[in-house]
Amino acid sequence: MKRAEAIFWPALLCAALLLAWQLATLHTPVVPSPVRVLRGFGELVRKRILLSYIASSLWRVAKGYLAAVCLGIPAGAALGYHPALRQSANFTIQMLRPISPLAWMPMAVVWFGVGDATPVFLIFIGAFFPILLWTAEGVRNVPNVLVLAGRNFCSSNVAVIFRVMIPAAFPKILTGLRAALGIAWIVVVAAEMIAVDSGLGYLIIDSRNAGQRYDLVIAGMLLIGAIGLTLDLGLQSAERTKFLSWGFSHEPAD
Amino acid sequence: MSTAPTPSCPKLRVSDLCLTFERDGKRESILEHIDLSIGAGEFVCIVGPSGCGKSTLLHVLGGFLPPTSGAIEIDNEPVRGPDPRRIFVFQESAVFPWLTVAGNIGFGLSALPRKEREERIQHYIGLVGLEGFERAFPRELSGGMKQRLEVARALAVNPDVLYMDEPFAGLDFITRMTMRKELLRIWHRERKTVVLVTHDIDEAVQLGDRVLVLSSRPAHIHCELEIGMPHPRDVSAPEYIAMRTRILDELGVERGV
Repeated sequence: MKRAEAIFWPALLCAALLLAWQLATLHTPVVPSPVRVLRGFGELVRKRILLSYIASSLWRVAKGYLAAVCLGIPAGAALGYHPALRQSANFTIQMLRPISPLAWMPMAVVWFGVGDATPVFLIFIGAFFPILLWTAEGVRNVPNVLVLAGRNFCSSNVAVIFRVMIPAAFPKILTGLRAALGIAWIVVVAAEMIAVDSGLGYLIIDSRNAGQRYDLVIAGMLLIGAIGLTLDLGLQSAERTKFLSWGFSHEPAD
Repeated sequence: MSTAPTPSCPKLRVSDLCLTFERDGKRESILEHIDLSIGAGEFVCIVGPSGCGKSTLLHVLGGFLPPTSGAIEIDNEPVRGPDPRRIFVFQESAVFPWLTVAGNIGFGLSALPRKEREERIQHYIGLVGLEGFERAFPRELSGGMKQRLEVARALAVNPDVLYMDEPFAGLDFITRMTMRKELLRIWHRERKTVVLVTHDIDEAVQLGDRVLVLSSRPAHIHCELEIGMPHPRDVSAPEYIAMRTRILDELGVERGV
């Protein structure tokens, strides 16, 4: 019974919102109704641009995000490991971190021009800081006995970092990875509105500019939400693997 | 069964070891003029009043803390830091929670060829009685099983010396007795040099060839006692009781409760 309820109430809320939306848009020509959005969605599918737009957005996120992971985890581990390094870098990091990735846009266009590299760079900026800071936090809090045991068995400090510190910090790192992926997905849409001519962000801005197709705008928005949710659920499921589940306390699924 | 080591060729030799800490700008002496020598294959227990620095001494021997002065030598070679030839078994569980039982035991064996590593893992899983739990993660194990896993991980790299820091302190009475028996069984088979720190006098008298009694802080070696009883030791034998009483007296503990 519990499971049925877990589906029923969220579904009811969605249905109620859709109905309210349908009713609210009965007499206005500008804001499209859910039915028109659905038809617009069908049109996008028929034109065969949807999959390629999704693919280009995902591909940009993959590149920027991977770069952030590859740099953010080692750099974060170094910060977590060396108190002196952490102290020296802290001011700079805390200064750069609150700058919205989108504020980098003009400089990114100067450096990388109009094209794929600009959104990829912005995604990198957005994803880098949460990964860096959560990794540093995780590594800093690795229990001392594990570090000592690692030093006892490993022959080098590098081995201790990669074989003990990073795995031990991984539950925290994963929290950073989830936050970073959410930001990356937000940033890609915004970046695609300016620098490129493909992707879901471009779909939204182009639908508006070329004929005020707000049905396509909203279809694009909902699609972005759905894909963002899927990405997060993917990373969230990693928390339940045995390799990681020791680091998370699980409430019964809600 | 245990034989006294020949003192002429010690495995571990500590001479005039001192350790001071800087605390709130004051120098505080923790270990003072420690001299000891331990033979290869010998089982030595270190007891002392709580907070006396016995665990710190073990950390210094293990290479985790550099001494302020004095020398530690193993096989006539100075100790400069932790080394896989000397494995430390910690009081709190230090097994790696992200690795399985097999993964933990194999942690120090990454240099071995795959087949040999598998065999070694299997051997030590059998030795500590964790068969069937190869793929279990530490959080699925009881406290006693985790401690056996840590001992297996230590033994798997075939160290010459085991440093054990109150390894069974967190376990219940019955598990602790079982673990002591297991440790002796393994020690008889593998003949490692063992230095075990404990606050439990019974544990020291049950396990050690020799017991070192430390003074309260700053710690120095108050006295050394040769146990000289073969294993298994009868905890109700008069000589056992006498040894136990002797250590209590040396520690200055009142006999009446």
